Amino acid sequence: MSASLYRRRRAKNAIVQLLAVGAAVFGLFWLVWIMWTTLSKGIGAMNLALFTEMTPPPGAEGGGMLNAFFGSMIMSLLGIAIGAPVGVLAGTFLAEYSRNSWIGETVRFVNDILLSAPSIVLGLFVYTLVVAQMGHFSALAGAIALAFIVLPVVVRTTDEMLQLVPTQMREAALSLGVPQWKVIVQVLYRSSMPGIVTGILLALARISGETAPLLFTALNNQYWTTNVLSPMANVPVVIFQYAMSPYENWHSLAWAGAFVLTMFVLLVSLLARYIVLRNKIAHD
Amino acid sequence: MNATSLPATADTRRDAADLRADRAFRWLVSAAGVLVLVSLISAALSMLWGGRQAFSRFGLEFFWRDAWNPVLQDFGALVPIYGTLVTALIAMVIAVPISFGIAMFLTEIAPKWLRTPVGAAIELLAGIPSIIYGMWGLFVLVPFLAEHVYPWVDDNLGGIPGIGAVFSGPPLGLGMGTAGLVLAIMVIPFISSVMREVFLTVPGQLKESAYALGSTKTEVVWDVVLPYTRSAVIGGIFLGLGRALGETMAVTFVLGNAHRLTVSLLEPGNSIAATIANEFAEADSPMYLSSLIALGFVLFMVTFVVLTIARLMLRQLKKREGN
Repeated sequence: MSASLYRRRRAKNAIVQLLAVGAAVFGLFWLVWIMWTTLSKGIGAMNLALFTEMTPPPGAEGGGMLNAFFGSMIMSLLGIAIGAPVGVLAGTFLAEYSRNSWIGETVRFVNDILLSAPSIVLGLFVYTLVVAQMGHFSALAGAIALAFIVLPVVVRTTDEMLQLVPTQMREAALSLGVPQWKVIVQVLYRSSMPGIVTGILLALARISGETAPLLFTALNNQYWTTNVLSPMANVPVVIFQYAMSPYENWHSLAWAGAFVLTMFVLLVSLLARYIVLRNKIAHD
Repeated sequence: MNATSLPATADTRRDAADLRADRAFRWLVSAAGVLVLVSLISAALSMLWGGRQAFSRFGLEFFWRDAWNPVLQDFGALVPIYGTLVTALIAMVIAVPISFGIAMFLTEIAPKWLRTPVGAAIELLAGIPSIIYGMWGLFVLVPFLAEHVYPWVDDNLGGIPGIGAVFSGPPLGLGMGTAGLVLAIMVIPFISSVMREVFLTVPGQLKESAYALGSTKTEVVWDVVLPYTRSAVIGGIFLGLGRALGETMAVTFVLGNAHRLTVSLLEPGNSIAATIANEFAEADSPMYLSSLIALGFVLFMVTFVVLTIARLMLRQLKKREGN
């Protein structure tokens, strides 16, 4: 009786462990498949024209994505420039001015919700807020939509990083008669800088692949433009339109764009990880 | 001693300047904090405002009408809502057990040297932009399913009385089932990394005492780790659900964009996010636009509730850790 119970428990354990290994293999399987597809189709479609020519009109041969790369860069940088400073300040508010108060808890909670809110909803929000008011699509509206995605990421990392700074550091600085804002700007920001930079990099990685909020804010533009008040081409929306189109030429451009985008996102997130890791080692 | 008797030395002037700067800084960061609060509320209100025409024309009926006809200006949210819920449900059915398996593998089974690389690789999946999932889904997964999987499903499961209708249909490759599968792949890294993290918070003594009594790994995970982390695990699942409900680009590529109510998982459907992404640019009338924004409002409210539950549940474990 007890021997059979023992055998049953061991058998069950073996099966469950096998299933768990299977689950991990299942997860890795898709990763490998998706990466392989992006690599093989993307490298095959790479050429110099991709970085030197504009997006082609329907049916035309050749062409590249120069205007889209440029537009993505402008909008991502603008999104970071708008979202990150506000995020750092709001994170400071949470960590330094409202610890354990109801308003701090509420803001933190709302920020967590914003962090996982669907990006298409933020796009619609910016559409009604900016595009509908201005009367036309613009790169600026796109950047504002991206800034709303940057904001919660930076708030969260700033909040967490500042909370990691030992209280003694604040006390030491304050006891020297340094005013609180200087303690925060010159002491606390300095010691939590790697963490904050990591947060900004993670936000950059996230917004550079965002498509949905740009569909109805920045829209797209087949031509070269540097005017942030006009519609601007950007990599994700170009990939979306070209992949959905019936033209072979456009498909291969979309794959090349997807490859560059994926590599960029992976590199930025690796860099973010590296900064955290290096900092951790320095502290140990 | 009163204040007037003190000469205004350089020191007190500096104190006053510091005080002003301190106050200004405090005001600045508080404004930024309040902005976070305001942005969520105004997002909800602006969509309610943008959708006011649709809501006032169709009233509450908007939520259960299955019409979607831009020519007749007749709109209802039932088909997209149904598609959103069904695809998210399929995703959760696949992703939850798989994520649990991955978390168990990474915390209890895998040898130490394997844990970091496998964990990092799974998290890489979370970093890939969703449009890449969409392209891969459309150009690789859809043809594969249409050729090798769906014909078999239609032949072997389509005939079963009762539930057969769910598995029968033309093997297009596009559809609710495909969208659910892609969504599952996308949320697995989120759910499994939350599960792994909360599993790691279980005190070692708790697990060791169970092992000392002769428990198997399965029993330790199921009877010790899972009860200890239950609320946070549910939070992680809801976090994944929120993601699955709101995911746009990947679903837009593989769902087929058809405004039809169907029980078959093999047939194309639509979801709220995909409808908005596909049709926003071509919405040529105020009522059409308003209906799309109203859909966005519905999506926002649903994900808001789901994410709130997720955060409340995740907070439970943090509180316990604090004690």
